[in-house]
Amino acid sequence: MSDFILFDEEFHQIKDVIGRLKADAQAKVVFIVDKNGQQIAAQGDMESLDTTSLASLTAGNVAATDGLARLIGEKEFPVLFHEGERDNVYISIVGQRVILVVIFDERSSLGLVRLRVRKANGELERIFDTIQKKVESEKTRRQEGYDSPFAEITDEDIDSLFRE
Amino acid sequence: MTFINYAAREINCKIVYYGPGLCGKTTNLQYIYDRTNPAAKGKLISLATETDRTLFFDFLPLDLGTVRGFKTRFHLYTVPGQVFYDASRKLILKGVDGVVFVADSQEARLDANVESLQNLEKNLTDHGFDLQVIPYVLQLNKRDLPTALPADELYRQLNFKGEPTFEASAPNGQGVFDTLKAVAKQVLMELRKK
Repeated sequence: MSDFILFDEEFHQIKDVIGRLKADAQAKVVFIVDKNGQQIAAQGDMESLDTTSLASLTAGNVAATDGLARLIGEKEFPVLFHEGERDNVYISIVGQRVILVVIFDERSSLGLVRLRVRKANGELERIFDTIQKKVESEKTRRQEGYDSPFAEITDEDIDSLFRE
Repeated sequence: MTFINYAAREINCKIVYYGPGLCGKTTNLQYIYDRTNPAAKGKLISLATETDRTLFFDFLPLDLGTVRGFKTRFHLYTVPGQVFYDASRKLILKGVDGVVFVADSQEARLDANVESLQNLEKNLTDHGFDLQVIPYVLQLNKRDLPTALPADELYRQLNFKGEPTFEASAPNGQGVFDTLKAVAKQVLMELRKK
């Protein structure tokens, strides 16, 4: 399985798209997680949030729901919505690869979020397509003899991580 | 599937602790959590039943430090060990970079270890991984119990491919960090090959 690599250029494009989505949907927080639970980018007031745990639980949630979908003969459930007393969470799958999460309160509405997410989804899909292509061409380059930045990792580098 | 983030200069890797029910997977994570500097760890999340049996997974994010200018972050997961949670167990293996098999050394749990190991092999295959090649470490846990089988016998029965094997007693920490270090090392070595 190939690794997921995020380059500066696409990272900023993603940040732009979700920043706009946050404003348009009047959301509190918007973030993107890969299906394995790694956070890719976020916009909004993240100070009070444990984003690493959020990312991992979101991915677990989506994985469990995907499993449910397959059990009843669906490919996936592309949208999950959790309604709370104050805050709500709208989760959608972008291009079957990554997960877009929007947290919003009474200043917005489910209809508005749904509408804006649909628009952002298309843009994000294009960016993730580009990333995919870049990762593949990078792989070919490496096979042709270009080294990855990690080709030089030494045993000592690794041991130093564990020194008390 | 390692996630290399050039924008944040981070490498994120996923390590899964596998093994039969009550073998000590959660205890391994708990010990690592208790002994790690607060700045280097996130919250330990346990999705458990009321009786403290893992229902879906435990999760612990850990920062190990910087290598070649990249912050190395390891996400440690455990699976629910009980046989009937297989569907959940399989989900956790998605995108895994390295696996620790925690074996219960007690004689009465030998069959459960063997069954869980076979289950690991099958679930990895279903995700397109091969236990023969994926970074992998065996931990023989509960060495402190009087009912523990001799380590060499367990090694013969459970060692899959000559992987590094550690004797452990997770509640008091024996072997816990050695196990983590061995699997993390293999995962980082894999990056070198890519």
